[in-house]
Amino acid sequence: MKYNSVFDIIGPVMIGPSSSHTAGAARIGKAARNLFGAEPTWAKIHLYESFAKTYKGHGTDFALAGGLLGFDTDDPRMSKALDIAHEKNIKIEFIEDDAKAHHPNTARLIIGNDADKLELVGISIGGGKVEITELNGFELRLSGNHPAILIMHNDRFGAIASVTRILAKHEINIGHMEVNRKDVGKEALMVIEVDQNMEDWILQELENADHILQIAKIDS
Amino acid sequence: MFRTVAELVEQAEQDNILISEVMIRQEMDVKNVSRDEIFRNMENNLQVMENAIDQALEGVESVTGLTGGDAVLIQNYMREKTPLSGNLLLDAVSKAMGTNEVNAAMGTICATPTAGSAGCVPGTLFAVKNQLNPTREQMIRYLFTAGAFGFVVANNAFISGAAGGCQAEVGSAGAMASAAIVEMAGGTPQQSADAFAMTLKNMLGLVCDPVAGLVEVPCVKRNAAGSSLAIVSADMALAGVTSRIPCDEVIGAMYRIGKTMPTALRETGEGGLAATPTGQAMKEKIFGMADTKA
Repeated sequence: MKYNSVFDIIGPVMIGPSSSHTAGAARIGKAARNLFGAEPTWAKIHLYESFAKTYKGHGTDFALAGGLLGFDTDDPRMSKALDIAHEKNIKIEFIEDDAKAHHPNTARLIIGNDADKLELVGISIGGGKVEITELNGFELRLSGNHPAILIMHNDRFGAIASVTRILAKHEINIGHMEVNRKDVGKEALMVIEVDQNMEDWILQELENADHILQIAKIDS
Repeated sequence: MFRTVAELVEQAEQDNILISEVMIRQEMDVKNVSRDEIFRNMENNLQVMENAIDQALEGVESVTGLTGGDAVLIQNYMREKTPLSGNLLLDAVSKAMGTNEVNAAMGTICATPTAGSAGCVPGTLFAVKNQLNPTREQMIRYLFTAGAFGFVVANNAFISGAAGGCQAEVGSAGAMASAAIVEMAGGTPQQSADAFAMTLKNMLGLVCDPVAGLVEVPCVKRNAAGSSLAIVSADMALAGVTSRIPCDEVIGAMYRIGKTMPTALRETGEGGLAATPTGQAMKEKIFGMADTKA
């Protein structure tokens, strides 16, 4: 089931005008910021299909910017997010991409700063609910039904064990887990679906574990 | 977990509880949270809805100037004249449109189930409230009942205009409101399902054709249609009228219609009203360009 909570239907509380194009876009932007682990200084955002055709009217542009600034869907600063980003000297470029996408509301965000960059594809499936389908070239299969943590790590002995040990210690149950790597010994990605939303201090503890590079969560 | 309206009604009947209670128990179970917390969250949503309506009745205008102020016009008309369609119905229409005027004006709303269709559920709630005098808890339950039906639609069909046209947005929202009105008025779970089916039936095939791609024209006025149909269908169900086509089959029909709808009529701003000469002229005025990509 794509939706598993009544609050996916009655909610979210948000600044208008569109739940798929505004609230969903803000959540995709925020997921990218969280995964990047810092406020980016630049962003190139490719928009596809319905996102590409109607983003100006729906505020998809300010919402994606708002998400990158860390705003929630109901942040009163949301509609001014592009101006706020400009004041902070964050360069955001929108590209209307005419390539076909698997979903009508698809955005590809490439964000970064002087030191680092991150690439993420998100889709907005309706009513403000989103799914992340790609991260740094890794294809994800997140059902979107459960909270998830995404952990970029080095492909090293013990990295997975250190993460699962911490989760076990805090009695957090894993519902689904995938590990993906680009090459032996290089960057890898753990995607873990859990049964409850994760507290920030647990994420902090995970981030300090051996071989962990970046970590982010998606609440359900 | 219920997957269909038939299962939802069956669970309510079997345990002799309200639809809202089935939804509340499922939420507690799935999310592993307390009843208190779930009620608090929904109360917060209710408060956002109430604030949006208050704001609308003060008068709002969107950034483009395309929408705003119609909710106030209707309230004035109700005070000064005798409305043909009745005060309760027009009050719902005014409050539904007002919610969407606030949405278009970048105000805070609660997506129900989406932002473009956010008016139907609160609009009808705050109109029938004056006649049914519900407690605050009953008002919160109204949202759980609406949510239970929306949950089935979202999982078996769609609730976004880009995926399934406006039938998926305002169609679902009006139908969700119908079911909730019936419960608040003391109807049975099956009557809620019948009211839901009758509203959605009358929204089948509705395209999503926003002028200039904005959630304004015709979205605001379609929330008026959704909320008025919601009240009429609820009354029909309470009178004993049933839907000849079962609720789940109506949802299935909506899904298949949405799947066969051309992209131009699914929130791209390329077809329908958006493609009319006036729609195109509005777009040109707002964005300084005609649709060169069409």
